[in-house]
Amino acid sequence: MILSQLKTEQDVIVAIKEISGEDVRACYQCGKCTAGCPLSGAMDLMPNQILRLIQLGEYEQVLQCRTIWHCASCLTCASRCPKSVDPARVMEALRTILMRRGAVHVDIPTLPTQVLTEAPQQALIGGFRKFVGY
Amino acid sequence: MRVPYFPGCTLHSKAAGFDASARAAALALDIHLDELPYWTCCGATFSMAADSAMGLVAPTRILASAKDAGKLLTLCSFCYNTLKRTNKVIATDAERRRKVTTFIEEDYQGTVKIVHLLEILRDDLGFDALARKVVTPLKGLKVAPYYGCLLLRPADEMGFDDPERPTILEKFLASLGCEVVEFPHRTECCGSFVVVGAPDTARECSGRIVDAAAVAGAEVMVVSCPLCQYNLDRAQHDPANGGRAKAKVPVLYFSQLLAIALGCEPSCLHFESHAVDPRPRLSAWLEAPAPAPAA
Repeated sequence: MILSQLKTEQDVIVAIKEISGEDVRACYQCGKCTAGCPLSGAMDLMPNQILRLIQLGEYEQVLQCRTIWHCASCLTCASRCPKSVDPARVMEALRTILMRRGAVHVDIPTLPTQVLTEAPQQALIGGFRKFVGY
Repeated sequence: MRVPYFPGCTLHSKAAGFDASARAAALALDIHLDELPYWTCCGATFSMAADSAMGLVAPTRILASAKDAGKLLTLCSFCYNTLKRTNKVIATDAERRRKVTTFIEEDYQGTVKIVHLLEILRDDLGFDALARKVVTPLKGLKVAPYYGCLLLRPADEMGFDDPERPTILEKFLASLGCEVVEFPHRTECCGSFVVVGAPDTARECSGRIVDAAAVAGAEVMVVSCPLCQYNLDRAQHDPANGGRAKAKVPVLYFSQLLAIALGCEPSCLHFESHAVDPRPRLSAWLEAPAPAPAA
């Protein structure tokens, strides 16, 4: 595979860097982020795979994955990365790009009544801010 | 001592037991929590987008209102994390500080120290002194401390305890006379707000944690976050209702155990709002158990 410089300079890749503040080129694929992620069982792309795809400029796959909508921003990944990369910030940047385009990943009208009446406000506020882009 | 107090939206309603038990327990230790006269929700999550300042407005306004006192206490892990991370941005990012403080018309430089009640107990009172004030030692109660993620990470910003091997809750519980149960998932995320977008996934996370605590011998768990309490508590429901855990372990706020140990009025505990009822296991220490809810 020929790594094209053009691929890594596309607008979306630049946006990911600006919004996250992270340089994904530091990642050397040790996998500690994926190993420690408590939500990884529900993810299609693993956290380290997302970083690898961004390194290669393959942003379409990354923007279409399920992974970023299952991230809880718990920062287990960031606290263990030996290269001080913060994958959670990268996840946030990807969600932010999509939400600024109007992406909605919580179907608010069909939320179970139990969640609406019993869940603490933080769950709703946090969930809507992370997953809904109105 | 008197300290300005930011309860946050959830402690005023869904987590009233956390707020009431903490106030009562603090008072028993001559710590007065002076609620800020005017406050709003902190925004619940710290906005990590580096190119935006909007998410910093609400928490900065709250911090600015405490700037004369220089200190602000909060109990809820979400508020603690959001306020502390916002404070660091305001203190170190000149451009965003200028934007936010100009917008909210406050001269605030990031000077407020955000503290958690556990830090005050550890640093200002000391756990040995706390042990001497206990009137009802919780001898024989096997407690698993659950930290969750927001108090501990990012470790360099929170400065609360070691993110992989914390000990503050263990020392706190020991000073109340409890038998502390160590279990492997005590710093792992409960699923947090993912319960709103993907509840099954979040329930799996919470269920795993509760089961691990039960296997290790815990009779109850303590938390410092209303969302952890909700997730871990509700994960134990009937599987047909979305529950995933196999065990039944009541989930308490650390302040509820503190209030019992200090002999506070049981009315401050609000155990009736818990899905897994802690009262049977704690009945030995509750002077006047709260009346059972009407069937």
